[in-house]
Amino acid sequence: MKIVVCVKQVPDTKGGVKFNPDGTLDRGAMLTIMNPDDKAGLEAALRLKDQYGAEVTVVTMGLPKAEEVLREAMAMGADKGVLVTDRVLGGADTWATSTTLAGAIRNLDYDLIITGRQAIDGDTAQVGPQISEHLNIPVISYAQDIKIEGDSVIVERQYEDRYHVVKAKMPCLITALSELNEPRYMTPGGIFDAYKADITVWGRADLKDVDDANLGLKGSPTKIAKASDKVRKGAGEKVTLDPDEAVSYIVDKLKVKHVI
Amino acid sequence: MNLEEYKGVYVFAQQVDNEISSIAFELLGKAKDLAKDLNTEVTAMLLGSGIKGLADQLAEYGADKVIVVDDPELKDYRTEPYAHALASIINQYKPEIVLVGATAIGRDLGPRVSARVATGLTADCTVLEIGDFPLQAMPGQEQLHNQLLMTRPAFGGNTIATIACPYNRPQMATVRAGVMQKIDPIKGAKAVVEEFNPGFTPDNKYVEILDIVKSVVDTVDIMDAKILVSGGRGVGSPENFKLLEDLAEVLGGTVSCSRAVVDSGWKPKDLQVGQTGKTVRPNVYFAIGISGAIQHVAGMEESDIIIAINKDADAPIFDVADYGIVGDLNKIVPKLTEALKAEIAASK
Repeated sequence: MKIVVCVKQVPDTKGGVKFNPDGTLDRGAMLTIMNPDDKAGLEAALRLKDQYGAEVTVVTMGLPKAEEVLREAMAMGADKGVLVTDRVLGGADTWATSTTLAGAIRNLDYDLIITGRQAIDGDTAQVGPQISEHLNIPVISYAQDIKIEGDSVIVERQYEDRYHVVKAKMPCLITALSELNEPRYMTPGGIFDAYKADITVWGRADLKDVDDANLGLKGSPTKIAKASDKVRKGAGEKVTLDPDEAVSYIVDKLKVKHVI
Repeated sequence: MNLEEYKGVYVFAQQVDNEISSIAFELLGKAKDLAKDLNTEVTAMLLGSGIKGLADQLAEYGADKVIVVDDPELKDYRTEPYAHALASIINQYKPEIVLVGATAIGRDLGPRVSARVATGLTADCTVLEIGDFPLQAMPGQEQLHNQLLMTRPAFGGNTIATIACPYNRPQMATVRAGVMQKIDPIKGAKAVVEEFNPGFTPDNKYVEILDIVKSVVDTVDIMDAKILVSGGRGVGSPENFKLLEDLAEVLGGTVSCSRAVVDSGWKPKDLQVGQTGKTVRPNVYFAIGISGAIQHVAGMEESDIIIAINKDADAPIFDVADYGIVGDLNKIVPKLTEALKAEIAASK
């Protein structure tokens, strides 16, 4: 079985967000990590590899520095890494990103493609389903459990108040929730091998069946009109009171506001 | 693509178990505003099996027209038949704007359909308005009018971006649940109902549903609650949430929580407020023992009144609270519950 996993290198928002003096994000000052949902997707692929045997190829699109997440993935147990990087691919929205990744994946053999549900920087959850559309294969989003049965996958697909047990013939694309599993750590031997391993680097010319009109900033149908820091409602009153005073204070406010 | 051909504001009227989801009514409310600005009509797209009878409800919430695709293939949500139906409607009717709820269904359906009809899609919008692109006239670039401007948070709520889709149609957005306002239903309103049959030819993309497992939810949806008593890690233990439950009960409210509480396994995910949980805007939001990480604040800052109780005077929750009390929740909350009980009894 051949599995392709798409991963993204993202700024680590947990460590706090840093801004430039002009208010834009200072990406250089923020640590980067493998996007958590993607890491769960990779772990799911590695578990399928452990259980059924599989070749796991990790694909990322980004700046040359994004090679780091490929090496991390290989240190966890992925077999191959493909970095898709090219100036003309920059500034892509989800349409152009999914077009690019689909163009790269067309060069690979696959039974299963796993992506994370969404990345913590954009939070769109769109790239996975859009890749599946470009490749004309079924998609199962929001996977909380994945099993293989013959030539099919059986997936628990999460909704707000239920889950569906869904069966799809491979090839198929699955988007993974971080609740899916607890990703493994890199092994020392894995890290050693991963830093020696060859990474395949593809540019625009290597993408298959892709029109220039659908790539990069120019090929993105959505355009940013304005971006800014979130303007938050200002702080109200802050008081330090002993418990009885605090209770009267809250009760008064609720009365004034006609809540009680 | 002749952009002028595309007319009307269309809403995906999500239903589950043949019951229209609240998000569909919220989208209709917003669609009505947008349609007024564009001097056009609101159309609801209702997909399912045995759902024709639901069209009147959509009319009551603002739909001028309802396009119904009623087919057994659409009984329970599956990406392909739904995407096929929606993309077929778009290709046939050429809407200018298509709104889809940013639900577990819409966030799968929206991207699949937008890729099929080759247009842009903006995710999880919180503000939609009609305006110009670019916002200010710029030399050498034509300023387009009557564009859908879609505003959304990104970076876990740290930034907001306003996005347009000026050269493709339809302009598509998924919209966060709980953000847009429904209109008061107009009793007896009728819409023009049109049945549409795109034809369904099952193939590999029509996945098979083997089983449907519903989670047992015995609480009110926190998105519908008028008063939320929300607890964070500072509550200390799952048992200690009893204090919050007692307070909620007195006020006729509901308990919700922060992500830390869900991650610790103290409360189920459907009670989580925040970027990766639900967006709420109750009349009163009590933030108790919640530090106020930006991801949490993104999900509750639109609440009418925010009351925070936290022993850490520097907790960021105080930056958004209308009334912040620095103190020990274990001492304050039980006394508050008793005091409110007395107040409410006295006012009866």
